[in-house]
This record gives sequence, C-alpha cells and structure tokens, in this order.
Amino acid sequence: MLEIKNIFKTFNPGTVNQKTALNGVSLTLNEGDFVTVIGGNGAGKSTLLNAVAGTWLVDSGSISIGGVDVTHLPEHKRAKFIGRVFQDPMLGTAATMQIEENLALAQRRGKPRTLHAGITAGEREQYKELLKTLGLGLEERLTARVGLLSGGQRQALTLLMATLQKPKLLLLDEHTAALDPKTAAKVLEATQTIVSRDNLTTLMITHNMRDAITYGNRLIMMYEGKIAVDVSGEDKKNLTVEDLMQMFEKAAGAALANDRLLLG
Amino acid sequence: MNSFINALPGAAAQGLIWGVMAIGLYITYRLLNISDLTVDGSFCTGGAVGVMLIMNGWNVWFALLAAILVGMLTGMVTGLLHTSCGIPAILSGILTQLGLWSVNLAIMGMKANQSINVNKYKLLVSLRYLQDFNKGKRTFLEHPIFVVGMITLALIAVLYWFFGTELGSSLRATGSNPSMARAQGINTNRNIVLGLMVSNGLVALSGALLAQYQSFADINMGRGAIVIGLAAVIIGEVIFGKLFRNFAFKLLGVSLGAIIYYVVIQAVVSLSGINSNYLKLLSAIIVGLFLAVPYWKGKYFAKAARKGGSAHA
Repeated sequence: MLEIKNIFKTFNPGTVNQKTALNGVSLTLNEGDFVTVIGGNGAGKSTLLNAVAGTWLVDSGSISIGGVDVTHLPEHKRAKFIGRVFQDPMLGTAATMQIEENLALAQRRGKPRTLHAGITAGEREQYKELLKTLGLGLEERLTARVGLLSGGQRQALTLLMATLQKPKLLLLDEHTAALDPKTAAKVLEATQTIVSRDNLTTLMITHNMRDAITYGNRLIMMYEGKIAVDVSGEDKKNLTVEDLMQMFEKAAGAALANDRLLLG
Repeated sequence: MNSFINALPGAAAQGLIWGVMAIGLYITYRLLNISDLTVDGSFCTGGAVGVMLIMNGWNVWFALLAAILVGMLTGMVTGLLHTSCGIPAILSGILTQLGLWSVNLAIMGMKANQSINVNKYKLLVSLRYLQDFNKGKRTFLEHPIFVVGMITLALIAVLYWFFGTELGSSLRATGSNPSMARAQGINTNRNIVLGLMVSNGLVALSGALLAQYQSFADINMGRGAIVIGLAAVIIGEVIFGKLFRNFAFKLLGVSLGAIIYYVVIQAVVSLSGINSNYLKLLSAIIVGLFLAVPYWKGKYFAKAARKGGSAHA
C-alpha cells in the first residue's frame, strides 16, 4: 500500500543549521498494516510522515501509495490518498468554521471543489450518526464553531475527518501527545476502533512505548534519520519495553539517552 | 446643522458605494486572513476603466463589467506574486499597487484626472441624479441610494451563495487553517489567488461606481482605500456583530459600517468645520484605535484563555 524507497531529506543544506533528517529510509507497508513509530526527539519520525504527506518534497528516493508514484505530487494532491491527524489539535480543523462544515470539507477530500452546495441535508444526518459514535455529545452541536471545542474534542473530530473518506493511508503524528491522559486514552481507543473497522493502513507515531507495543501489528524505531528497529508479527506481540530498549541500544550502538522515550 | 442634514443622503450614497469596496476587503481581510494593499490601486483602476469606457460610448453596465474584470486581473497579479513567487502577501499588494499607479495613468490617457459629463452620458449613479431627485425631477428608482442599494443586495446574495458552495467553503478553509485545507486536498494557492481576484473585482466595481457618482476618475481616488474599507469592516462588526451571525448579514453589516463611517465623517466636517485635509489623519487614528483595542483588551484584561480556544478566530 505504501512503498518508500531510500528517501533522503536534508534541511538547511550548506548552512550551520544543516540537518539530515532522513538518511536513506526504505519502508513497505502492506494493506491493513498498522505500524507504530517510536524514536527520540529529532530521530526523523515526524519528518518521515511529512515526507509521505508531501509537506515538502524529498531530496532523493521515491514514495508510492497504492501503486501511484507520489514523489513529486504536492501536498494537496496526495491528500486524495491520505488521512492525517496532527500532533497539534489546532492544525487539523478550521476553528472559524462549524463542525458540520469541517466534516463536509473532509467528505470532499481528493475531489474537485465545484459550485455545488458545500453541504447537503443528507450529509448532516450522516454526520450526526458518525459524531454519536465518538460519544462526546458533538452530534448536538453540528453548527458550533470548532474553535469552541476542547483539544480532545478537536482531535477526535480530526480523526473522524481523516477517515470519513476511507484513506489508502492514515498518518497519525503523535495525535494524543497534547491531550490529558484520560482524553488521550479515549482518542486512542477511537483510533483502534476505526482502524480495525475499515482495515486502514496506518502509520502512528507515539512517544509512549507501551502504546507502541499494544497497538498495531508492526513496530519501527527510528534513530538519526534511519529505521533502527523493525519488529512485526509474533515477535511484536511478545515485545516488552525492556526488549525494545535493548534492541535500540544494539542498533544504535549507544545507551538510550532520551528520557521521553522511557516514559510509560 | 442644516447643512449636515442636507448632506446626509449624499454621505449615505457615498458610503454605500464604498461599502461595495469594503465587502471586497472583507473577503481578503476576514476570510483569507490577508491584508491586501492592492485595493488602493485597483479601486482607481476600476474608476479609470469605467470612466474611459463610458466616454468611449460603452453601455454603462458593460463598462462596470469590464472594470470588475480588470480589477480581478489586478488581484490575480498580487495573488501570483504571493503564491508563485513566494513574496509576502502585504509586499505583493504593495508591488501591484505601485505598478498600478502607472497603469491607471495610462488608462486615463496619461492624465491624472478624467471628468465625465453627466449631461452627455447615461450613467447609473450620479450626484446629479440625487440632486434631481431632491428637486422632484427624477424618481427614487434613479436615486443613487436605491441603485447602489440594489446592487449591494444582489452582490451579497451572490457572495452568500458562492461561499456556501464546495469551492467557496474550501476558500474559507484556506483562510481559516491552511494546514487543514491542504490535508483535505484543497489547493490553497489557487484559492488565495481566486479570493484576491473576487475581492479586487468588487473593489474595482466600487471604484467605477464612485467615479460615476462624482463624475470623474482621479489618480488619487484610491489612496487610503484599505483604511476606509477596514473602518467599514470594523464598524460593521462592532455595531452589528452581536446582531448578525449569518454570513449574508455580516456582509450587510460591512456595508452599513461604510455608510456609518461616511455619515460620521460628514458630521465631523459639517459640524466642526475641520479642514477636510485632516480627514485621512482622522481615519487613520480611528482605524488604528479600533485595531489596537482588541489587542489591549487581550493583553491587559485577559481572562485565562481556554485550552483549544479560538485563538485564530
């Protein structure tokens, strides 16, 4: 479903701030794979997701989604294939627009924007039913502006928007990191439900090792712009946090220095 | 006092005309989140195109249509400078505006001012018609307030429809949150160009109407237009914000804001006898204050902002 071949990305080349964020990453995801991504700050996790989403173009290598080469496609054209939830709850929704308007925009992801009505009565009913499944009471507030919602509500709404049109690929960039533990658990639960219901091919970055082990059928750990650890199948099911740390130390040839990675 | 009351209909008519411009500005300033300085130039472009075409025997409606199209072209230039050339939006507007100074002069046959004879040409709006109405020589159907009022209502209806369509909604999303818009497959660059085109089309239409109304186009007629437009937007929001939630009514509020602005200016001129050369300074101070007050409120009288609140609203 997703095929990344040897991609490189260097930021600020030729300056003192030069940083090679992706250093030859190759990764193939089969349909229905749910891959969790961990790694320290600056390991290249978010960069990898942004490369796939097309926030900018990679320096070299190629990316294809569902057999379509998207390496040179701009972000808005790739959106046809990709559902995304960002780390920052503010980024995924339009604050000044209504809940139903946001959903209607997502419903039309990847389609030409015509002069037909931006939202129809039939859609409203559909959205109401969908919002009920979140259990946040948003179905009663269809015309409320999204700016009035809490971070957790916005993130849950973004998740719904990302999966409203079944995406070929779902990208989750630490989408629960900015939420309180209780809300984070709720959003993660909703994620699991939707991903397994629609059998979505998913890449999920997390800073929580336990979540990375609990969720998905495959786990990759990034280090200095490369994939350092790649575990799947039975091996992943039996994984413990200690195993992970050992594997990391072996792969990186260094002790795990980042405290944030140890959390959880 | 009498002179003020006598001048009221004129001020209201002028306000209505500027209201069309302010509605155009609302699209860039509020919906796209861009301060578009093109308008100072495109307002005059609209006036120049309108006047010159009518003097060349064009039907007034076609002249207005041409003004709109040329105005859209100016918006497109700014939009492309911004999106395709990576120049910040404000600077793009300034560049277009500066270039338009020469273009506007060229349109007017290298003259800074072109008058149009009300007796010789059939116009849509004119101060003369307003005076004729007062003398009972014309019906209210030709009164500038009626004519421009109808045009304004028609424009609001069209804009209300447009911003409710898929394309219009995607344009609002572009201004509200570009990251979200792109993630939803919206071509934000194209939408920015489109928004600037629609906006400047309206601004040019307003310029063409004003030039007819005052029976001349002048190279300086757009100077400070953005400030007048902002004043109208802000006055409209302050006075009618609580009352008008619906998008169509918000646009109506902007138009009413422009009328109030001109009535107040007229009051200041008539009642205080201030030299009208100080009006631009006055406008700048008033708009500056209105823009600063929400910031001061937020800074010095802030209640703790809710997490996830509408910081961008």
